[in-house]
Amino acid sequence: MQVGAAAAPRDPALPARVVLAAVVLVLLWPALELTEFDPRKLFETGNLLTMARFLGTFFPMALGADFLGLVLRSALETLALATVGMALAIALAAPLALAVSESLSVSRIGPAPRAWLRRMLRVPVRLLLVVMRSIPEIVWALLFVRAVGLGPAAGILAIAINYAGMLGKVYFEIFEAGDTRPARAVLESGGGRLHAFFYGILPVSLPELVSYTVYRWECAIRASVVMGFVGAGGLGQQMELSMRMLEGGEVATMLVAFFALVMLADAISALLRKGLT
Amino acid sequence: MTAGAFVWRPWAVLGGFALAAGASLAYLGVDFGTLLGRDSVRQMAQFAQGFVPPDTSPEFLERTLAGATETLAISALGTLLAALAGALFALPASGRWGRWLRAPARLGLNVLRSIPELVWAVFMVLAAGLGPFAGCLALAVHTAGVLGRLFAETLENAPPEPARALRDAGAGATLAFLYGTLPVVLPQFTSYALYRWEYNIRMAAVLGFVGAGGLGQMLYVSLSVFKTHEAATLLIAMIAMVSIVDLLSAWLRRFLGRSDA
Repeated sequence: MQVGAAAAPRDPALPARVVLAAVVLVLLWPALELTEFDPRKLFETGNLLTMARFLGTFFPMALGADFLGLVLRSALETLALATVGMALAIALAAPLALAVSESLSVSRIGPAPRAWLRRMLRVPVRLLLVVMRSIPEIVWALLFVRAVGLGPAAGILAIAINYAGMLGKVYFEIFEAGDTRPARAVLESGGGRLHAFFYGILPVSLPELVSYTVYRWECAIRASVVMGFVGAGGLGQQMELSMRMLEGGEVATMLVAFFALVMLADAISALLRKGLT
Repeated sequence: MTAGAFVWRPWAVLGGFALAAGASLAYLGVDFGTLLGRDSVRQMAQFAQGFVPPDTSPEFLERTLAGATETLAISALGTLLAALAGALFALPASGRWGRWLRAPARLGLNVLRSIPELVWAVFMVLAAGLGPFAGCLALAVHTAGVLGRLFAETLENAPPEPARALRDAGAGATLAFLYGTLPVVLPQFTSYALYRWEYNIRMAAVLGFVGAGGLGQMLYVSLSVFKTHEAATLLIAMIAMVSIVDLLSAWLRRFLGRSDA
């Protein structure tokens, strides 16, 4: 936003701010109605009582040995399901990204047999990647819970599908963004797509690929905690149960466990990524 | 890394990751043999078949559209409230209201930010009842933490000279802030808020799973009562919304980037 630099007699910042305020107001009015915005609801006695009772049970935190064991097991389950989900996602994303990569395309360097067919085949793969990543992981989790039942299996599949979509797109971008000349040289000397990939692209882009994957693993851990809310296993599933029972002490302990888990994943991911660059 | 040397580190990370994945699989005891076996795959295929064709009756399409609008409204209002609250929080968090307020303000922002939106949504459903209002509040609270931190960093990095000049010319602290600092940081603030809005649209679509309104709530309800045709329509609407927002923001960013250059 440019503030008028011309010699304004009174307030040079005024026009820009009026426009901004107007935009905000135009957005605000219909939204207030659509979201049934009503702060008075927060102070209705029923809601106030429930909330006060719930918050009151937050302290003392639940620290029984049995319960701590359960929290530890669920935290480990979250960690494990995110890791397995990521492994599956990599296994799915790598071939898909390889398939859509343009810089590995034989047809691009010259006439190739049935080039149009190959180009056509890339379109559905791209669409597949778009669908996989535009449905959020928690929606996938909800669907898989209906399809394979409650528990970590649904979470693993949800992470695998959604993250394969994201990884596929980013892998593809990394393949294209790096130095593509080695791959081209391999293709021009008669190598196939796989040759070009393993000798031309992979050596150049591997550190970046791994670094991004580690970052996504960190995201997968956050995501899998939340996915538990629809029944996909791990810490989130336990947290949802405790919240539904209004067991504040248990919720407090699990929130602390959640922070610890996220910080652990953060630290591991930062350490690994520092080692990669 | 010297040229020509074998890049061992990425491979080591990958190897470690493969080991971890193996150990995790053993720990979880999920039997992928049965999970991806014939029975289970047939069951999944049956489940997937239930989604075709999507429900395209005009009255359901109308409800879907209403749900999508509600989701948009939740995200817009939530982000707007968050931007206002974040800007307010950013003042103490950047140390403008005294040094001793800085640490507690930052801690507060961190707490808001570290609790995921969905957990906030469960709290807000308890506090404000089922419906879009709870979703809006949940987004606002979490996003206020995110934006507050970003705004505080922007404020700390803003050049102090314009405000100093105004103070030296005799303006009060508030006026110096409004005309010396705000014009410098406002573009950055709006761009952070817009970026966050884009993210919140996706979030608003799923907050409904815990009863906080929008498309998510409709999807959750229709899956619960096995109305899979309706669910298919809602899923398509979600994909469409996310894709349109993606395209628009990419286009807008390119457009803005060009005008800056």
